[in-house]
Amino acid sequence: MSEFAWIDAALTAARPQAIGALLRYFRDLDLAEEAFQDASLRALRSWPQNGPPRDVAAWLIMVGRNAAIDQVRRRGRQEALPDEAAISDLDDVETPLAERLDGADYRDDVLRLLFICCHPGLPATQQIALALRIVSGLSVKQIARAFMVGETAMERRVTRAKARIAGAGVPFEAPNPAERAERLAAVAAMIYLVFNEGYSAGAAERDDKAALPIEAMRLARLLLRLYPAEPEIMGLMALMLLHHSRSTSRFDAAGEIILLDDQDRRLWDRRMIAEGLALIDKAIRHRQRGPYQVQAAIAAMHARALRPQDTDWAHIDELYAALEQLAPSPVVTLNRAVAVSKVRGAEPALAMIEPLGERLAGYFHFFGLKGALLMQLGRAAEARDAFNQAIALATTPAQATHIRQHLDQLAKDAALQN
Amino acid sequence: MLYAFLCYNNEDAVFSWSQEEDDAVMRALHEVHAPLQRAGRLGPSVRLMPTTAATTLRKDCDPPLVLDGPYAETKEQLLGFYVIDCENLEAALDVAKDLAKANPGGAYEVRPLRGFAPGSLAPEAMAR
Repeated sequence: MSEFAWIDAALTAARPQAIGALLRYFRDLDLAEEAFQDASLRALRSWPQNGPPRDVAAWLIMVGRNAAIDQVRRRGRQEALPDEAAISDLDDVETPLAERLDGADYRDDVLRLLFICCHPGLPATQQIALALRIVSGLSVKQIARAFMVGETAMERRVTRAKARIAGAGVPFEAPNPAERAERLAAVAAMIYLVFNEGYSAGAAERDDKAALPIEAMRLARLLLRLYPAEPEIMGLMALMLLHHSRSTSRFDAAGEIILLDDQDRRLWDRRMIAEGLALIDKAIRHRQRGPYQVQAAIAAMHARALRPQDTDWAHIDELYAALEQLAPSPVVTLNRAVAVSKVRGAEPALAMIEPLGERLAGYFHFFGLKGALLMQLGRAAEARDAFNQAIALATTPAQATHIRQHLDQLAKDAALQN
Repeated sequence: MLYAFLCYNNEDAVFSWSQEEDDAVMRALHEVHAPLQRAGRLGPSVRLMPTTAATTLRKDCDPPLVLDGPYAETKEQLLGFYVIDCENLEAALDVAKDLAKANPGGAYEVRPLRGFAPGSLAPEAMAR
C-alpha cells in the first residue's frame, strides 16, 4: 500500500474521534471541521518524513486544536475558548504528546458527535447529509452525487443543518440515559437509510452511490464499539453485512438486478457472511428480539443456503411472523407470503396478501407476487390481469422483463390448451 | 525455540482498506510466508474478525461472567491462546466455561476467525 493510501486510511479512521474531541473544545461544528482539515494537511506534510505518530487521533486533536486557536486569534473572533491554563502546555505539538485520551472521553466525544448529527430537530435528509459530511468526511460533491442532488443544494442542506444546530442551542452535553436510547435508535435509523440508499441503487447510479453502504457499515461498527452490548446494533451491523455480501452477484453484465434465486452464490462474500452470522450469534444471547435482528436472521437464512432449494422457508416464515409483530407493515406481510407460498402453497399465500390490495395498489411487487400465485393456482385470466398491472408499475427494465416472461408462459400454456 | 507473533494494528484503519488494498497487503505478506512455509518453520496463522465480534468470559468470579466486546482490561497479560472448532458462540462459551473451571482467574476473549492457515510446522518442532 502506498504511503499516501496509508495516511488517508489513518485519517479517515481517526476522524470521528478527532472531530468529536475538537467539538468538545470549540462547541462549533465549523471550527471543529476546519481544525481537523488543518491537522490533516499538516499530517500529509509531516508524516511521510517523520513517520506516523503512535496515537494518530491524539496527534490530530492536538495539532488541530492549536491551529484553530491560532485561527481564532488571527481573526480576532470573540468566542469562548478553553481557558489558557488548559491549553498553555500544548505549544510544541511535535514533541511526544502529553495528552492521553481515556476510554470515557473517546466514547462521549464520538457519541456527542453522532447524536448532534441525528438531533431530533433535524429532518432525516439533513441528518444523513451532516453525518456523511462531518463523521464520515465525504465531500459535499460526493454526497450530492450519491443523493442525486445538485452540489449547491447539498451545500445548502449541510449549512442549514449546522445553522439549525447552532441556532437551536443544541446541548453539547451527552444526553441522559432515557434520551440516549431514543437518540441511539435515531442514529441506527440514519445509518440504515444511508445503507439502503446505496444498496437499492439501480445500475445508472450505482457508481455514485457505492460509498454509501461502506460508510454506513463503518458508522455501525463505530456505534457497536460504543454500545458493545446492544443486540439491535449487532443486528443492524449483521443485516448490512449479510446484504452487502451479495453486492457482486446482484447485477448482470448489462447492469440489471439479478433476483436472489438466480444469483451465483459462489460470488457471495463468505467473510462478510461469517461476520454477520457471528454478530447474530452474539445478539441472540440477549433474548431481546428487535426488527434489525429479525431482518438479519432472515438474511442469514438465505446466506446459509448454498443453493436456492436449500433455503429453510419454514423458518423464514416464522421470522417474518415475528417481524409482523415487531414492525408491522404491508410489505412485511407481502414478504411473508412468499415464504408461506413455499411452505404451505399458493392458496394460503394468496389469502394472506389479498387484504393488502388497497394499501399496496401502487406497488410493483404486490402485483408480481399476486400474478405468480394465481398462475400457480391455474387462474390464468386473473394472473394476466395482475401481471399487466405489475408491468405498468415496473420501475426498471429488469422488473418488466421478468413479468413479461411470466406473461409469455401464460400465453404458451393457453395455446397448448386450445 | 518457537515464537508466537501477535499482530496489533488499528482496526478502524485496517477494516477501512478496500479489497484491492487488502489483497496487496496479503500478497506482500505471502512473499514473506512462502519461504518459511517451505522450510517447515511456519506454524498456524490466523486472522481475527474485528473486536466488535468478540465476547469475553471473565473467569475470576463464580459463575463466570459473559460480557460483549473484547478483553479491555490492562491488569492481566496475554499468556496463551487456543483455536477450537465450535458449532456457534454458545458452544464456544461452553468450552470456555469448561476451561475456566479447570483454570480459574483472568479471562478468555472468544473471537471468531476471519482466516486460518495451518502452516507447515511439525509437532516435534518444540523439542528442537
